[in-house]
Amino acid sequence: MAWETVIGLEVHVQLSTNSKIFSGASTSYGAKPNTQACEVDIALPGVLPVMNKEAARKAVKFGLSVESEINQRSVFARKNYFYPDLPKGYQISQYELPIVVGGHLTIDTGSGEKRIGITRAHLEEDAGKSLHEDFHGMTGIDLNRAGTPLLEIVSEPDMRSPAEAIAYLRKLHTLVRYLEICDGNMQEGSFRCDANVSVRPQGETELGTRTELKNINSFRFIEKAIEFEVERQIDLIEDGGTVVQETRLYDPSRNETRPMRTKEDAHDYRYFPDPDLPPMELDDQFIDSARQQLPELPDTKRHRFMEQHGLGPADAYQLTSDKATADFFEAVLEQTRGDAKTVANWVNSELAGYLNEANMVIESARIDPGMLAELINRIEDGTISGKIAKDVFRSMWNGEGTADQLIETKALRQITDSGELEKVVDDVLSRSREQIEQYRGGQTKVLGYFVGQVMKETQGKANPQQVNELLKRKLESGD
Amino acid sequence: MALDKQTVYKISRLARIHVDKVDIDRYASQLSTILEFVEQMNRIDTDNVAPLSHPQDRLLRMRADSVTEHDRRDDLQSVAPMIENGLYLVPKVIE
Amino acid sequence: MERHRALNAFITVDPEFSLNQARAADKMLKNGGSRPLTGIPIAHKDIFCTKGVLTTCGSKILSNFVPPYDATLIKRCHKEGMVTLGKTNMDEFAMGSSNETSYFGPVRNPWDQVRVPGGSSGGSAAAVTARLCAAATGTDTGGSIRQPAALCGITGLKPTYGRVSRYGMVAFASSLDQGGVLTQSAEDAALLLNVIAGFDPMDSTSVEEPVPDYGSELKDDIDGLKIGLPKQYFDEGLSPEVGVLVRDALRVLEDHGAILIDIDLPNSELCVPCYYVIAPSEASSNLSRFDGVRYGYRSEDYEDLVDMYMRTRAEGFGDEVKRRIMIGTYALSAGYYDAYYLKAQKLRRLITQDFERAFELCDVIAGPTTPTAAFEIGAKSSDPISMYLNDIYTISVNLSGLPALSVPAGFAGDLPAGLQLIGPYFSESRLLNIGHRFQMDTEWHRRIPGGFE
Repeated sequence: MAWETVIGLEVHVQLSTNSKIFSGASTSYGAKPNTQACEVDIALPGVLPVMNKEAARKAVKFGLSVESEINQRSVFARKNYFYPDLPKGYQISQYELPIVVGGHLTIDTGSGEKRIGITRAHLEEDAGKSLHEDFHGMTGIDLNRAGTPLLEIVSEPDMRSPAEAIAYLRKLHTLVRYLEICDGNMQEGSFRCDANVSVRPQGETELGTRTELKNINSFRFIEKAIEFEVERQIDLIEDGGTVVQETRLYDPSRNETRPMRTKEDAHDYRYFPDPDLPPMELDDQFIDSARQQLPELPDTKRHRFMEQHGLGPADAYQLTSDKATADFFEAVLEQTRGDAKTVANWVNSELAGYLNEANMVIESARIDPGMLAELINRIEDGTISGKIAKDVFRSMWNGEGTADQLIETKALRQITDSGELEKVVDDVLSRSREQIEQYRGGQTKVLGYFVGQVMKETQGKANPQQVNELLKRKLESGD
Repeated sequence: MALDKQTVYKISRLARIHVDKVDIDRYASQLSTILEFVEQMNRIDTDNVAPLSHPQDRLLRMRADSVTEHDRRDDLQSVAPMIENGLYLVPKVIE
Repeated sequence: MERHRALNAFITVDPEFSLNQARAADKMLKNGGSRPLTGIPIAHKDIFCTKGVLTTCGSKILSNFVPPYDATLIKRCHKEGMVTLGKTNMDEFAMGSSNETSYFGPVRNPWDQVRVPGGSSGGSAAAVTARLCAAATGTDTGGSIRQPAALCGITGLKPTYGRVSRYGMVAFASSLDQGGVLTQSAEDAALLLNVIAGFDPMDSTSVEEPVPDYGSELKDDIDGLKIGLPKQYFDEGLSPEVGVLVRDALRVLEDHGAILIDIDLPNSELCVPCYYVIAPSEASSNLSRFDGVRYGYRSEDYEDLVDMYMRTRAEGFGDEVKRRIMIGTYALSAGYYDAYYLKAQKLRRLITQDFERAFELCDVIAGPTTPTAAFEIGAKSSDPISMYLNDIYTISVNLSGLPALSVPAGFAGDLPAGLQLIGPYFSESRLLNIGHRFQMDTEWHRRIPGGFE
C-alpha cells in the first residue's frame, strides 16, 4: 500500500533579549551553572514575575512578518507539572489567548512553491537543564536557562515529507535571524524543534495517530529522525500493529527513536490564568512601532536581487539565505565597477568556500566589502589577471593586506609595456630555433609553448593577448 | 461529587503528595464533603457572566529589557538541601 | 514573660538583630534623619521574607528556610527605622482561621487562653493584644487580618488589593492575598499604612495610585456619611451577642450624624464556596515550588525522584494544606475546570458587581467581622466547613479586592467582637477616619487583657 506522511512542527525560538522574560537576570549563554539564576528564576518563596516588554515586541515582529493576526489582548497561563528543571512547578506560558494567531510561510519544494500554515505562536519561559553525567547516581540541575524567553511557533500539519519539513525549518531559521529576534544558534539550543509525525494511506483524509519527536537540535538529525519514525510507523501498521500516541526521543548514535519515560502522569497540566500577571494589552502604537522595525524580508530581497541585479535564482537564493551575506554583497556591488554576476561569484564561491572551510560567519571574516570591491576593480582595470586575483584573495584572507598593497609589495602588476615584453619574447625566440622551425613548418600549436615560456619568465604577469599578438607577428615576419 | 479511592490516588499523584493507603478513605470523605459544600455555587446561574480572575480587571505593566540581577549563587544556594559544583542535586532523572 | 511565652505568639525572636536595629534607630533620631515611626517596635507575620532571619510560614517544609532577601514591606519598615521584635506565629501558609494549623503549635487568645486568637495572622493579633509590640504586620486572603483582630479586640486593616506590595510575601492565593496591619488603634493603623503602602515595580499587581497621608483625614467629620447594612450580614448565622454589640457600635456612628441604610448583597451568601475553589486552586499551583530541590525540607528516605517529591511534600505539609492543595488540583484538572474554577470566577464577578451596586447607594458598608466571638481551641478543627464559615463576612471583600477595617465593637462577656467597615477601592483614608471617630468615643480598643497591662 502507498503511504502518505503528515508532519507538523513545533519550533521553540529563544528570543534574543538581554534579560529574562520575567526577571532581570542575564540570558547570555555558557555562564557557570546557576550564576545567572536569580531569586525569581529559582522560585524562592514570595518572588513575583514582571514581563519583559522586548520579548513582546519580538513576538509581534514575528507575527507581522508571517501575516498573522496579533492578539492585542493575550493572557499568560500556568502550565502545571513537576520536573526538577522547572523551579516553580509550573511554566508560565500562553494557552487560550496566545499573542500570535494564524499566518503562513512559503517554502520551495523543488516542484514549486508551497504554503505552510502557522497555527499560533505563543510566549513562554524556558526551563533549566538537567545534567545527567553521574553525580554518584544523582542528576545535577542548572537553572541558568530557566526564564529565557521563548516563542513557540506551531505549524499546521501541512508538510508531506522530511524534505518539506527541513525546507520549512530553514525558511523559519532564516526569517528569525533576519528579524533579529533570535540568534539561530542550534548548538546552543536557541532554535529547537519538536516534530509531530503520522502516516496514512494515500487518499485518506483522516489524520493517523501521531507521535511527537522531542528536541532535535540539527537539521540533519530532524530529517533522519522523521525518516526513521515514518518507516517505524509504516512497518508497525503493515505488521498489523497500531501506532500509540506518545512522545519519543531521537538517538543520533543509534539513529532510532524510543519512547520517553519521564512525565508519565504529567498529561493533566491544569492550565489557568496566572494570577500574578494581569492580561497583556498591546496598543496600536506598540504594534506600529514593531512594524517600523521590520527589515526587508528574505523573499522580497531575493526577488529584488533577481530583478534589480539580474541575478539567477540560485545566486539570489544563496546570497539572501542570510542577511549579513546579502548586505555584504550589496556593499561590494556599490563600490565596484564589476557587474553583479561577477560580485555574486566572488561572494558565493570564493568567499563562501573560505568561510565554510574555516567554519566562520561572514561578519567575522577579515575581508570586508571594501577590500573585495578593490580586488574586483583591479581585475576590471587590467592591473591583474583573474588568476593572480585568486592568489591575492588568499593573501587578503590570511590578513597580509589589501589588494593594492599586495599588488605593490609582491609586484603583481601585469606587464603591459610592449618594449619590456618584446625583450622577453626575443630572449625566448633566440633560444628556441627548433620550435620556430616546427611552427613555420605548419605546427602552429607550438605557439602554446612560446606563450608558456614567456609567462614563466614573467611569473604570469604578462598580458596574455599582448604576448600572443607579439609572438605571431615575429614568427610570421620570418626575421 | 463524592470522590472514590482511585480519584484520590490520581489527585495525590498529580499534586505529588504521598497518601498512605490507610488514609485514603479519610481523604476521600473529607474532600468529598468540601466538594459538596462548594457545589452550592450551582444554585446561581452564571451563563453569560464573564469570569473575573484579577480584582478590578487590571492590565499588565511591562519592564524595560535590562539586566538588573547579578551572580548571587553562593548566597542563593546557602539554603539548598543538596548541591555540588554549583548544581542542585536530585535523584536520577531518567529520559 | 512566662505568660507571654505561653501565648506562643512568636516563631522566631532574634534579640541581636532587634538590638542592632534599635541602635540604628537611635542614630537616626540623634542625627535628625528620623521618620514618624523610627524606633517603634514591630512584629512581622512569618509569611514575610526577612533576609538572614528564619521565615517558616508556619510550616515544616520551610522550618529551616533563612531567606537571602527581604520582602518589599520589610524593606520599607527597615527604611523607616522601625525595630523588628520577631516573626509571629500563623496558620500554615495562612490556611486557617484559628492558628491551629501552625507546625509550631497553636497561638492562645490573651483574653482566654483556652480559646483561639483567630487566624491566620493569630500570632500578630495576640502579640499586639498582649502589648508585646506596638503593632504587627499581617496578611489577609479571606479575613486573616480582620478576623483575628476582631477575636482579640484590636484594630486590623486589609488594604485595597495592589496597595501593598506582595513581593517577598509567601503566596497563598495570589489574586486574593494582601498585606496589612494589626494595631491598637485606627490612628496607629494609619501611621503604619503610610510606611508600607505604595507602588512596587517588582509586583505586577501593584498599582501606581498616589499614596495619600492616611493620618490627615482621621478627625474629619462623618456627618451625613451613608453606611450600608447588608441584610445578609445580620441573618440567622450571626450570634445574638455579637449582633447586639455591632448594633450598639453602629448607634455610636449614628450619633455622629452617619445615616444607616439597608442594602442587599444577594450573592454574598455564596462567597465561601466560591472562595474555597479559587483559593485552593491558586494555592495548589503556588505551593508546587516546595519540592525539596532548591530550599526547605527534603525527606530523608525516598526511592526515586517522584517518590522524593511525594514524601517531601507529604511530610512537609500539614493536613489542612494538603486538603486544600488536593481540592485545588482537582478543581483545575481536566474535565472539572469549568464546573469548579471557571464557575467560581464567574460567581466572583457577580459578588463584585453586588458591591459596585451597593456603593451607588452608600459610602461604606458596615457589619460584624465574625459571626461569633473566639471559640475554644479544638472546637472546630475536626470540621473544616464550620471553620470555613467563620470567614463568611470577610471573604467577599478579598474576592473583590476591596479595603476593609475591623475595630473592636465591644465585649460579649470577656470576649471581644469586631465591627467591620468595607469601602470602595482606595478608600482606606475614609475607613480609618470612621474607625478613629468611633474610637474617640469608645474605649474598647484601650482594654488590655488581665496580666498583660
